[in-house]
Order: sequence, then C-alpha cells, then structure tokens
Amino acid sequence: MQKVSNAMSLQNESISNTENRKKYDRFKKAGIKYIDYKDGNFLLKLLNEQGKILPRRLTGTSLKNQRKVAQAVKRARHLAILPYVGDSLK
Amino acid sequence: MFPNNYETVFILTPVLSDIQMKDAVDKFREVLTNNGAELVHEENLGLRKLAYPIQHKNTGYYQLFEFKAPGTIIEKLNTEYLRDERIIRHLTIALDKHALDYNDRKRKGLVGKKKQTENAESK
Repeated sequence: MQKVSNAMSLQNESISNTENRKKYDRFKKAGIKYIDYKDGNFLLKLLNEQGKILPRRLTGTSLKNQRKVAQAVKRARHLAILPYVGDSLK
Repeated sequence: MFPNNYETVFILTPVLSDIQMKDAVDKFREVLTNNGAELVHEENLGLRKLAYPIQHKNTGYYQLFEFKAPGTIIEKLNTEYLRDERIIRHLTIALDKHALDYNDRKRKGLVGKKKQTENAESK
C-alpha cells in the first residue's frame, strides 16, 4: 500500500515512526495466545504516553489479538493496574 | 452443572490491619469453598500502588483466587463482594483454554517475566 505522505499525518502526530518498516503481528510471531491483564509492564508497551491503547494501524496486530489487547487493558484499568489517563507513562 | 474455570481478583483497602486483611481473605475463601468451588490457585499480590486513587486511597491489597466452579456461584460471589465494604474493587472472569494454559505455565515458571514470555513461547 503506497505510503501516505508525512504531511498528511501531521495533525495526529504518529507516536512511533513505524511507517516504513514492515508491520507484523507481534503476538502471532511470539506465539502469545493469552494476554494477561495483571501484567502491568507488558501492557504498558501497548499504550501510548497518554495511556491510550495503540491502534492497529501503528502496531500492525491482527483484529483478533487487538481485541484481546483491548480486553486486557480495560480489565487492568478497572483493577487500577493501569491508569485510565496517564501522563508520560513511559 | 459443568464446572467452569474462573479467576477472581479483589482489592482490599489498605487501612485494614493484617488480621482484618487475613480474615477478609479467609471469608472469601469460605464463600468459594462453601458454594462448591474447587480452589485451583491462590495468590496475593500484596500491597501495591494503585494507578489512580480509589476511594481516596493510593494503595491496595490485591488478592487473587483461581477456582473451578459451576456458574451459579458467581452471582453469590458478586453480591458478597458488593456487600463487604473492605473490598474497594473486584473483578471475576471466566478463563478460556488459552488463559488456563498460560496460568499453568506461569505457575511452572515457564513464563518468566513478560519479556521472556515472548521468546520463551516462540520456541
């Protein structure tokens, strides 16, 4: 898919500049079938600075795994393992 | 009733003394075992800092029970949680086969830190 020019995506500055590298589903690659909602520091890798879940277009995860990620993150937020709105989480 | 696998986590307010915390945990263990649940695994993640204040408190005592039980028990468990004011947050989920497999491997130590999980599981 032809890469959209950077000027277009200026307004929502992409968090990590991963446009050019081939995106892959890290969960399928690592063979992870279950994303544990109790594991805070693993889930932190799936959030951006404000504590929002990283979208699929940036991380390249499959829809099935993205739903598991979202489910785990929301459970972790409920249990106060992850903040709903964080400031500079990283 | 076909027993399903469940995992329940709850957070106790930190203002409790150790004894109160212990008997709160025991009370919920009784609630489970009396209603025909078979406790598979029990873990307390201890006093941890909360990501955001709950009821104006910044730390909480996390307790986890993994158990096998018929579905009817979950409603009782939840009302018990809501009734007990020492519990500030609770969550009960059903475990699918991947979750069960993950929990078993975690107990066997195969799943080290999450980072290792990535390469540990990609063998």
